[in-house]
Amino acid sequence: MSNTPDNLKYTKSHEWVRDEGDGTVSVGITDHAQELLGDLVFVELPEVGTQLTAGDECAVVESVKAASDVYSPLDGEVTEANEALADSPEAINEAPYDNWIFRLRLSNPAQLDELLDAEAYAALAEED
Amino acid sequence: MPFIPHTDKEVRQMLDVIGAESIDDLFDEIPDALRCGSLESLGDGLWEQEISTLMQEKAREDGQPLCFIGAGAYDHHIPAAVWQLATRGEYYTAYTPYQAEASQGTLQLLYEYQSMMTELMAMDVSNASLYDGASALAEAVLMAVRANRKSKSRRILIPRALHPHYRATVHTLVKNQGIELVEVAYDDKTGQTSLDDLNRHKGGDFAALVIPQPNFFGVLEDVDVLAGWAQANGMLSIAVVNPLAMALLTPPGEWGPQGVDICCGEGQPLGAPLSSGGPYFGFMCCSQKLVRQMPGRIIGRTVDLDGREGFALTLQAREQHIRRSKATSNICTNQGLMVTAATIHMSLMGAEGLSRIARRCHGNLQLLVGKLTGLGEIEPRFSGSVFHEAVLTLPMETRQVLRTLAAHNVLGGFDLATHYPELGNALLICATENRSGNDMDKYRLKMEQVLASRRQGACATMAKFD
Amino acid sequence: MLIFEHSKPGRRAQAQAPSADKPAGIPEKLLRKRKPRLPEVSEMQAVRHYTRLSQKNFSIDTQFYPLGSCTMKYNPRACNSLAMLPGLINRHPLAPDTHSQGFMSAMHELQEILKEVTGMSAVSLAPMAGAQGEFSGIAMIRAYHDARNDTGRTEILVPDAAHGTNPATAVMCGYKAREIPTKADGDVDMDALQDALGPQTAGIMLTNPSTLGVFERRIKEIADRVHGAGGLLYYDGANLNAILGRVRPGDMGFDVIHMNLHKTFSTPHGGGGPGAGPVGVSERLLPFLPIPMVGTDGRDFHWLTEEQCPQSIGRLSAFAGNAGVLLRAYVYAKMLGAEGMHRVADYSTLNANYMLKRLMDAGFTAAYPERRATHEFIITLKKEAKELGVNAMDFAKRLLDYGMHAPTTYFPLLVPECFLIEPTETEARESLDAFVDAMIQIREEAKTDAEKLKGAPYSLPVRRLDDVRAARELDLHWQPGEDQA
Repeated sequence: MSNTPDNLKYTKSHEWVRDEGDGTVSVGITDHAQELLGDLVFVELPEVGTQLTAGDECAVVESVKAASDVYSPLDGEVTEANEALADSPEAINEAPYDNWIFRLRLSNPAQLDELLDAEAYAALAEED
Repeated sequence: MPFIPHTDKEVRQMLDVIGAESIDDLFDEIPDALRCGSLESLGDGLWEQEISTLMQEKAREDGQPLCFIGAGAYDHHIPAAVWQLATRGEYYTAYTPYQAEASQGTLQLLYEYQSMMTELMAMDVSNASLYDGASALAEAVLMAVRANRKSKSRRILIPRALHPHYRATVHTLVKNQGIELVEVAYDDKTGQTSLDDLNRHKGGDFAALVIPQPNFFGVLEDVDVLAGWAQANGMLSIAVVNPLAMALLTPPGEWGPQGVDICCGEGQPLGAPLSSGGPYFGFMCCSQKLVRQMPGRIIGRTVDLDGREGFALTLQAREQHIRRSKATSNICTNQGLMVTAATIHMSLMGAEGLSRIARRCHGNLQLLVGKLTGLGEIEPRFSGSVFHEAVLTLPMETRQVLRTLAAHNVLGGFDLATHYPELGNALLICATENRSGNDMDKYRLKMEQVLASRRQGACATMAKFD
Repeated sequence: MLIFEHSKPGRRAQAQAPSADKPAGIPEKLLRKRKPRLPEVSEMQAVRHYTRLSQKNFSIDTQFYPLGSCTMKYNPRACNSLAMLPGLINRHPLAPDTHSQGFMSAMHELQEILKEVTGMSAVSLAPMAGAQGEFSGIAMIRAYHDARNDTGRTEILVPDAAHGTNPATAVMCGYKAREIPTKADGDVDMDALQDALGPQTAGIMLTNPSTLGVFERRIKEIADRVHGAGGLLYYDGANLNAILGRVRPGDMGFDVIHMNLHKTFSTPHGGGGPGAGPVGVSERLLPFLPIPMVGTDGRDFHWLTEEQCPQSIGRLSAFAGNAGVLLRAYVYAKMLGAEGMHRVADYSTLNANYMLKRLMDAGFTAAYPERRATHEFIITLKKEAKELGVNAMDFAKRLLDYGMHAPTTYFPLLVPECFLIEPTETEARESLDAFVDAMIQIREEAKTDAEKLKGAPYSLPVRRLDDVRAARELDLHWQPGEDQA
């Protein structure tokens, strides 16, 4: 059974979003997603400064047998990419919610309300 | 029944197990209207002796002419051991190493190949090969467009002095993705890619510059300057090299201030016979930072459950079977058998052997150019220094000269008229280590007779000299 | 042990190197300063090393190799020795027609043979592999629409069960790949197809029999609907072995096809290439075929290039494709003749149906139990995975210990825990029985000691390899000095 913390928001495409309270959010992939993918071997990060629209492909997580796009959950500009993941992609397997992939400065914070809460996401993950 | 082991009795027993009356029944899901006829135009099958006779006749028909053509395919000596080993059933009849444990022979060999190519090219990484030199360049172009983060350009600078068939192949393979090839002229005097023409594009937005070494004319490019120019102008550099030449010449990893980003080329000189143009193999190397953009199979060394060294396909997430429409290429395999031959070839030759072959070829070319220009009416077309191939200017139509020489079983070179009409009566010649002094004397003699009969005003075309 | 570890500075295979002078006329700055660190070994060391390495491979010549969708049939030795005759193997690709009639006559006849067995109007031998054949096919579809100024077509339809090269090829040709679902019985979902078709449809890529190992029964109707929408049909020849001499893609309504000669025409797989992927077309795509091809005036043969084929999609290689592979396919086709072609589909289908029935009788689960097997079929080990805790990969690895290559695993992705099994027509009944018996035996082992199976194989040069480490800690070449300290 995978872990789905209550204090985060989620997307149907298995990203989690943490509101940092300063107009930015951190984005990663869920415990359920990392379980499905298996041992990660590479994370392709977005470039800082990229303008994203919700639903844009902006990063890639790779395991040995699969590669999965990470979609931007919200509109905004990439302010930071977690370069540490380049050397240790396995950190996501070990602690998916401690290891964000990129941070966004939101251009439309109201979109946060459209994301799934923990309960809704857990139900969705259950169906997989 | 050739190659089918079933006895009538077995067929009956197998059908009984299946619960079918006849083999025909097994096709009962196929609509009747789709069943095809007897294919009788194919005729009866031949037994092995008949097909052997037929093939020997065809092989004899094409003869064994004295070949002075290069132009991208070179008649080199291949040690006997190379193909005796490569056609062992365990190499010849295995498939792509999907089950790594049952494919360690092929996998280790490919790892050794990657190691040899990175050494020969002085590059960080090599893939396990692509189809041929021309298509490898197309893949390199696609890779450069994906990889150049400084430029979003889909334009590539490509020298006119690059093999015309390579330019045509690249065009076929990249045009549907909106990639444009912009030609860079060559210097009419030296035969090198023209810096003046290149400088017209200074400050222009291009994804990459292609740098051949040697170029199609056999002329050596000033590669340090070209690689530096690309870097200074925000482009990636793609080297296209003859791998045998790299035993002698500065390798792409050492060109310019930082080496090139991608290098590729035709692997044929490393153990593949001429064989009418294929199968050969394309090689590709790149810098470490581009490895995830590289197309094709890549082998890595790892360990097994017991900690023993072993080899496996790696970085597979780039490939079509995982990434599907987002893969780096649609390429599925490599040219495994040709690479098997190349790896054995390089092991037998070593660096010293390859270097000696390269020098012998180069020496032979110098000899041949001397013999032909010694006839008085033939001159080297370009002043640039060359490696094992050169362009000559003839006093009469190249096509006619070649036709006459061919009638005497001498293939005198490649006629540049179709692809480079601006060069006039130009002929591209090559003399590998397989051409002896006698061979070259025979060529000189025939050429002398062609020229003499022209001076006498005789119709040279089909004249008989011997 | 790597070849580099046999190396000693100054040792050489002397017989392989001529004497040579210093290179004259090459500027010093262009000359290599440091020699590449290639192996320095004797000829015998190299021969012994690569002979030993070969013994670490499974191959058709040594093992049953029922790798689904790959057609690992016997590669007749005559095909190899005759393609390597001196006059053929030493022919320069740019030799004049006067010195090429033997070679060109064989290529021309091969074009004709392939036309006849596929029911197409013309064939080009230029593509160097299946994936290049696919590329040529879709590029021709694009050239056809472009030539008619029909430029609004942006999508290629691909069944969700398709091989990964199909969508990757569509993208290489500048198209978007759109997936069509498959129904539970293995046929294409016609309603979904109808919904997907429109003025944006450039064409559809199909394999028939499909990658699910069943014949697409409504192929004619699919052809009519796609043509009705203005699209063209592309046939992926991956499974041509199933229908050779029985059904022709041209008669099914396909506009363009590629063939994998390394499958259907028995040229060697060579550890992953070289292949050959000739393309055949219907009348309307004829002007767009890739060059070069061989033409004839009835007496002599000549090349067809840009000049004669101005609308061609162009060249795909520096010369004329994988000629040596084409010669092997030619020899094979000539040895089969008309009768032999029919037998390919007949006996490959007999073998597959026999194996399927025996496996089902032994309690294994067919993915499509109501359907006939074609030349291959799928079983799903979902039940075994659930009940015994051993998955398809464990079965596959254990089969290696039984001296058989594993079938294709985990492809197509639609069927969980699947084995795609293709015995081919050249296997004797004993091999098929031995495989089924091994499967039964492995299931018994799983019942008593599932953990043991998870550690298989035990009898090969290595056990299961650490793929994760291979991808995380990239070691892609030997480092000079690492083992010569």
